[in-house]
Amino acid sequence: MPTELVTGNHAAGYALSVSAEANRKARGAACGIYPITPQTEIVEFVAKFPFTKSRVVPVESEHSAMGVSIGASLAGARSFTASSSNGLAYMVENIMVAGFYRLPIVMVAVNRTLGPPWNIWVDQGDTLMLRDFPWLQFYCETNQEVLDTTLLAFRLAEDHRVLLPTLVAMDAFIVSHTQSETNLPEQPLVDSYLPSLDLPHRMRHEHPTTMGGLTWPHETVSHRVEIDEAMRRVPAVFEDCREAFRRNFGRDPGAAIQAFETDDADTILVATGTIATTAREVVRRRRAEGEKIGLLKIKMFRPFPESSILDACRSAVRIGVLDRNYAAGMGGVFWQDLRAAFQGKRDDLMIQDYLTGIGGGDVTPTMIDDVLADLGQRSRAEAPLWMGIDTREEVH
Amino acid sequence: MSVGLTMLGRSLAKAEQTCSLVIPACCGIVTAGAYPTTSYGVPTVATTFASSPAFATGIASVRDLNDERQQVICWAGDGGTYDIGIATLSAAAERNEDIIYICYDNEIYGNTGGQRSSATPAGARTTTTPTGKGEDKKDMMAIMVAHRIPYAATLSIADPEDFERKLETALSLHGLRFLLLHSPCPTGWKSEQGESIELVRLAVASGLFSLYEVWNGNEYRINAEPSWTDPAEYFERQRRFAPEEIDLEATRASCRLRFDRLSRLAQQFPRDSTEAN
Repeated sequence: MPTELVTGNHAAGYALSVSAEANRKARGAACGIYPITPQTEIVEFVAKFPFTKSRVVPVESEHSAMGVSIGASLAGARSFTASSSNGLAYMVENIMVAGFYRLPIVMVAVNRTLGPPWNIWVDQGDTLMLRDFPWLQFYCETNQEVLDTTLLAFRLAEDHRVLLPTLVAMDAFIVSHTQSETNLPEQPLVDSYLPSLDLPHRMRHEHPTTMGGLTWPHETVSHRVEIDEAMRRVPAVFEDCREAFRRNFGRDPGAAIQAFETDDADTILVATGTIATTAREVVRRRRAEGEKIGLLKIKMFRPFPESSILDACRSAVRIGVLDRNYAAGMGGVFWQDLRAAFQGKRDDLMIQDYLTGIGGGDVTPTMIDDVLADLGQRSRAEAPLWMGIDTREEVH
Repeated sequence: MSVGLTMLGRSLAKAEQTCSLVIPACCGIVTAGAYPTTSYGVPTVATTFASSPAFATGIASVRDLNDERQQVICWAGDGGTYDIGIATLSAAAERNEDIIYICYDNEIYGNTGGQRSSATPAGARTTTTPTGKGEDKKDMMAIMVAHRIPYAATLSIADPEDFERKLETALSLHGLRFLLLHSPCPTGWKSEQGESIELVRLAVASGLFSLYEVWNGNEYRINAEPSWTDPAEYFERQRRFAPEEIDLEATRASCRLRFDRLSRLAQQFPRDSTEAN
């Protein structure tokens, strides 16, 4: 298997393309694409990939990119797209539809700050705005993890126990535009991992239905309950897909939650994406100094892996959440979900939120040391703390 | 709308073709029936309001990848066509997607209870233009023709032979085919149901709605010469109009002007009459 120096975007574009190509013996692949910085390289990669049985449609907007992908998926093809930031915001209506239609579309999103004011750097506010839709969500830390998770996402999304679209996210520029050595598995190996798509509810002339026709309240309830049941099956199915990935590709695509030095930790940092990389190094250094500090990286955000998180934080007395996102009037999104997970089960835990790297600001080891210093001297959690506020004098 | 769907079904059967229906928010998706059944007897998908040509693009792409023979037909109202869906439709036309797009134009947002659309004619009272709309109807045909699509035609349920022939033409071609159906809506037009056919006939006769077809953006054929009946009758028989507020002289003049322009186009860029279609 060739290892090449590629960007996160190209790793994602490669994964989308070979996954689509793997369905050539079934009904092929089709998708709509529309560029947005910093995702552009992904759709450019997909547009020039030498597919055997595929159609990539360069459309006029993100809304239509998802619309074409939905149509293709409804017709039984493997389908996918990519977007970011305001593009995702414009696509929202159809993102929602893909979920409620139970279409196993895979989308790679590059996390970028929502504007205005316009900002192209990393912030998870864009994909986290989709948190209440029937989509699985994974946050990746490295180029290899982006590639592996995207391949896994197709198998997971298309599993008949799940049948839900899946979003794979990476940090703008830090991953999307940074090259690193990435193993690019060749097509036959991908073929052996991804079965042909069999969408049980695809449009068929021998069994005509109205997809999305009017329902009564009780039918809508049943539909939502089925989505909830599918979501609950995801952690187990994810483990099946992960195990199959290990056997097939000989490496681990990464657990849903990744605990580092948490077994006896009294203090645990919670992070996602590339903040986890920096935090891990801080934990490693301070462990060497004898501190009982650990890191919990959350990769799977939807469904929220509550029990695994509770289990990994058994020994903790304080948790510092590093949120690269801000829900207005509330605080970090990961912090909110974490607090809800512990509610009534570990009310002794102190869970403090730190808004770090909002709008793409650097999250340095020093900033994480500051977080730990605050966490260590604190007797109770308070409102989310903003880190990295510019204290320079205002320029007039 | 229902007459149009019946005609469509008949033409498909005659041409021994089948189709998938792609329908955005409009009365057409309501009459499809409750999930998961379809009263249309063919695979039907309810799309988001602005997205029917995009969904259809995806479905048609997979059809082509698998060498399947079926039409992918968008069935949309004037709101989904003239307004919220125009960017998506324009993009599908620019790409010349192999789909048929039928707009049943009842000149109002009927499904939401009768608000103005850009297809609503000047002078019509709607719930959002309670004193009568000030602006003229958007010329959707001219917009679609400007995309140089293989076929664009207007339809009237008052002329079933012409209607059927145009459906046959559309079914025999490839690429984006756009059909604009003047579709009476007694609720929105505040007219008697039994007069619906007569009303759309009057629209053609008075020159308010022209029956014509255009191939490739530059081959015109006019299908009916107006008899230039007084448009006043059309307005008076619908309580959506306040006849006293309509400038009939200006209306007559604009009908003449529009038809004159169309006639000159048909003379200068005629469709070869020796061809079958």
